[in-house]
Amino acid sequence: MTDIAIIDYGMGNLLSVAKAFEQVAPTARVTVTADASVIRAAARVVFPGVGAMADCMRELDRRGLTGAVRTAVASRPFLGICLGMQALFEHSEEGDCAGLGILPGRVRLFPGQAMFDAEGNKLKVPHIGWNGVRHTREHPLWTGIGEDERFYFVHGYYCDPAEARLVAGTARYPFEFACAVVRDNLFAVQFHPEKSAAPGLRLLANFVTWKV
Amino acid sequence: MGLAKRIIPCLDVNAGRVVKGVNFVNLRDAGDPVEIARRYDEQGADELTFLDITASSDDRDLILPIIEAVAAQVFIPLTVGGGVRAVEDVRRLLHAGADKVSINTAAITNPQLVKDAAERFGSQCIVVAIDAKQGVWGASPRWEIHTHGGRKATGLDAVDWARRMESMGAGEILLTSMDRDGARTGFDLNLTRAIVDAVNIPVIASGGVGNLQHLADGVKLGGADAVLAASIFHFGEYTVGEAKRFMRDQGIEVRL
Repeated sequence: MTDIAIIDYGMGNLLSVAKAFEQVAPTARVTVTADASVIRAAARVVFPGVGAMADCMRELDRRGLTGAVRTAVASRPFLGICLGMQALFEHSEEGDCAGLGILPGRVRLFPGQAMFDAEGNKLKVPHIGWNGVRHTREHPLWTGIGEDERFYFVHGYYCDPAEARLVAGTARYPFEFACAVVRDNLFAVQFHPEKSAAPGLRLLANFVTWKV
Repeated sequence: MGLAKRIIPCLDVNAGRVVKGVNFVNLRDAGDPVEIARRYDEQGADELTFLDITASSDDRDLILPIIEAVAAQVFIPLTVGGGVRAVEDVRRLLHAGADKVSINTAAITNPQLVKDAAERFGSQCIVVAIDAKQGVWGASPRWEIHTHGGRKATGLDAVDWARRMESMGAGEILLTSMDRDGARTGFDLNLTRAIVDAVNIPVIASGGVGNLQHLADGVKLGGADAVLAASIFHFGEYTVGEAKRFMRDQGIEVRL
């Protein structure tokens, strides 16, 4: 049996996610897989992803993985990363397409032409780089991670959950947006823990030991 | 707290070794990529960029095992460029562990590649590299795009081109002054400012860093979102940590 299944649906950098888990959990069996039965049998499931939302939904469907994602979300520790967070929501402005609808809310484009920092400098879209993450609630996945610790972001769209109680963490660009959401055994982040040096590895280690 | 300005050490790769050219000639060997990447991660580098500078003529697949090895051991973002000509090249680099892929010459010969790659993988992982040289085109300064390591002029205006690449879906501009590259006299700040003002996507300033003030100037005067340098870090003159503390002391928000 696989301890940690990383869902492979052809979207982006899965090697880094796998290597980061191997780093924090050397004895765990980490599998990058496109096999729905392996995902259904795994103790923990990671749903990463980089790229465009419409391709994500199409590839999940084409590979017959949509059901396995839903099963995992409903039954075991589940970690969404970046596009894997966005895809959980109902709709994305990226390509005006439907998401999985597991979480209520929408994915919106940063209004790039109208964003300025406190000094009046224009803010760029995509939001690329290291930004501070504020914890809006206590959670086992924040263990050992300081308030305002910086994580690496690279995204042009952000999640706008319909229910405030889903929000576990926020970042500011220039307005506050949800960069971590939680519901029962599901945790999802907009930033890339596998690319966020020590704090990112700590979050992944917390996921590995998370008792739901 | 807001978004930090990034410091990006650049590793020019030639046949599996890191090198750094002076004006893109006279290559000097600088060491093993994985070893260097790990050292920069420990110093607090925000990101690493690998440029395969001989990719046009050599076998560009040589960079793939390097990226795989670095991505397996160093958990910060990696950008890879050099010899990217097709959507399939982008896919293979992302698959090997790159987070962003930089497109240079092929964006000029085939601008549709930028659009196709951005649509397939998302704008956030598509960087367009612009190598520009200042020229005299009338009264105001203009910069012309060059390819092939600065040897070939294209007739394209860098500012117009940056706007066009943004409209094609580029998520970031990696801007190198070919006049300054290797010269250690600082970024071409007029060029940096001109591109930063022209586009709405992040701009990485590159080419010419010889000291820490140059890095700070790139952000404060040039308006760059990130600064890229190679030789000042490779040969141990400064650590990335020293560079960040220097920038912080000048009021620049950095990750420390």
